[in-house]
Amino acid sequence: MTATTQLAAQWHDVCGLDDLVNNSGVCALIGEQQIAIFSLTIKGEQQIYAISNWDPVGKANVLYRGLLGSIGDEIVVASPLYKEHYSLVTGRCLERDDVSVLAYKVKRDGDRIFVAVE
Amino acid sequence: MALGERGGIVIDDSCLTSDPDIYAIGECALWQNRIFGLVAPGYTMARAAVSHLTGGDTRFTGADMSTKLKLMGVEVGSIGDAHERTEGAQSYTYFNQPEGVYKKLVVDAEQKQVLGAVLVGDTSDYDTLLQYALNGIELPEQPESLILPSSDAAPALGADALPDTATICSCHNVAKSDIVTAIDGGCCSLGDVKGATKASTGCGGCTALLKNVVDSELEKRGVEVSKAICEHFNHTRQELFHIVKVNGITSFEQLLEGHGKGLGCEICKPAVGSILASVYNDYILKQEHLPLQDTNDIYLGNMQKDGTYSIVPRVAGGEITPEKLILLGEVAKQYNLYTKITGGQRIDLFGARVEQLPEIWETLVAGGFETGHAYAKALRTVKSCVGSTWCRYGVQDSVKTAIDLENRYKGLRAPHKIKFAVSGCTRECAEAQSKDIGVIATENGWNLYVCGNGGMKPRHGDLFATDLDTETLVRYIDRVLMFYVRTADRLQRTSVWMDNLEGGLAYLQDVVINDSLNLNDELEAQMNSLVANYQCEWKTTIEDEASRKRFRQFVNSKAADANIQFVEERGQVRPATEMEKKLGTNKAIPVDVI
Repeated sequence: MTATTQLAAQWHDVCGLDDLVNNSGVCALIGEQQIAIFSLTIKGEQQIYAISNWDPVGKANVLYRGLLGSIGDEIVVASPLYKEHYSLVTGRCLERDDVSVLAYKVKRDGDRIFVAVE
Repeated sequence: MALGERGGIVIDDSCLTSDPDIYAIGECALWQNRIFGLVAPGYTMARAAVSHLTGGDTRFTGADMSTKLKLMGVEVGSIGDAHERTEGAQSYTYFNQPEGVYKKLVVDAEQKQVLGAVLVGDTSDYDTLLQYALNGIELPEQPESLILPSSDAAPALGADALPDTATICSCHNVAKSDIVTAIDGGCCSLGDVKGATKASTGCGGCTALLKNVVDSELEKRGVEVSKAICEHFNHTRQELFHIVKVNGITSFEQLLEGHGKGLGCEICKPAVGSILASVYNDYILKQEHLPLQDTNDIYLGNMQKDGTYSIVPRVAGGEITPEKLILLGEVAKQYNLYTKITGGQRIDLFGARVEQLPEIWETLVAGGFETGHAYAKALRTVKSCVGSTWCRYGVQDSVKTAIDLENRYKGLRAPHKIKFAVSGCTRECAEAQSKDIGVIATENGWNLYVCGNGGMKPRHGDLFATDLDTETLVRYIDRVLMFYVRTADRLQRTSVWMDNLEGGLAYLQDVVINDSLNLNDELEAQMNSLVANYQCEWKTTIEDEASRKRFRQFVNSKAADANIQFVEERGQVRPATEMEKKLGTNKAIPVDVI
């Protein structure tokens, strides 16, 4: 499964900048899709990432509650249920080849946060 | 199909039944009129069956039926020729009637080898004796020392003493030589060896032995066995604790910048969060500490498999008023929570969605409850019996002492969870000897036991001091706990800490009772400051709008997570299975957002 979004993706205004919790995650609902949005300070700069909130191993909507960190050069979230690591950039699972999550495009415009969803 | 006289499907050496198209393995199979009711023979049978199917010649030739288990609460173990049927066999027995322990060691005529053993009431020698029996290891000069209570060190069987043929993992039939081969083939960690050999991935009973063998083999090859906590810090937890304390470090970023690399991970972040809490007892949810907490600590609840939380209010000493009991019932009814009594004498409420937590706790706090820290590596419970207040046999007020201890140490962050118990007399109804800190009443005061454990690897607590008055008791516990918090490894329970403490019990007694390190004033001062700074994390959280905001499933919607669904079972809710969700079973209980 590739982790980029489709061509017909649309930007959705999901929350304000001050809704994000630094070095932690929140979750947005767009249609029926749950999207985990993470804010990290890396080398003094804020970076924002978005991946699917569904934990494909634990089968629950919990990834936004996972701990953030790095494994080697990869920026990851650890599932709060069984601790698999997912890349915030690609959605790849570092421990297992048979599962992955979707990664979404996310941007900041002024003090609003937008996520691109099909 | 041919069946045995007393049941069981008759199989031959290839596990083939009387029907040439059907194999039978495991407990249903009868081989030479014997049933093998253990998992390891089941695997061996499977190998024989597969071998026959694929044209190999592996046969089932019986199996070692040595085993240990618990029968009606009594530990029993049996190894090899337990009944001395071998010609010339001789035996040693140890019988301790008061403690209900019986051990028999069967040896050959020359007293060189173990033929079998029987263990009742105490199977702690099982692993060692089994290795002697399976591998024909020569007995020590005084074979009886293997079953006698160890006044000092019983000759333990180190990894190096095991021959290459020694079976380490009997579930997957992995010998020491297989592990050596795996390491020679490039495996350089416990995980690698597990992956390559499958050792320790069955029942898991050999985990500790496997680790010993792997560490010892790696060390032999000059591999430095890394004690680093994770890839971000090249330090142990003790070293990090020391760095934080000595350098007055107050944040993860500060520590990472000076002493680590990368962004951290789910191992080092909570470990540092716990160290900071142990040193300063800052409100655990302060903005800068928040991302360090493990998810259970962040949401102040225990996440269950469906992403909901369980709620465990503190019930100090297990004493609760009818009013509070009713309140718990009312909350459970209002929010449709599943209720269960815990092993620590309190009540667990399951199935609360993350956005319900603050309002549930608002009700609980208003009713006089505090957080129970069931989600934290911290003091959990102080279990107690009713003691001298009600019991005909009680000699001290165990309930009052339990409540006082629980209130003193609640909120204390530690390398792992901590459990206490206080018994009002020597009958020990509170099971204090299986706790990290156990207190048992005597005619003259209290006996203090330390570093006991139940759970996966049970350990009886060591008798630390006798006939203490209450004040001395508390002082000793202060020091023991604070010394543990300072020196233990991440996720190391007190039992394992004690087993690894150089000098063991005598050393700890010397530190705590005789102040051999000249540390006691500092340990006590630190504990006093932690006690003085205690706050109920839930009370602080519900009083702060910004903190409450974090308890949302969605940042842009008040909807509930549609994947959380319950069905009814035995009059309460439980999470729906994947199948039940797919079928959309009509037993699902609709849950309204309140």
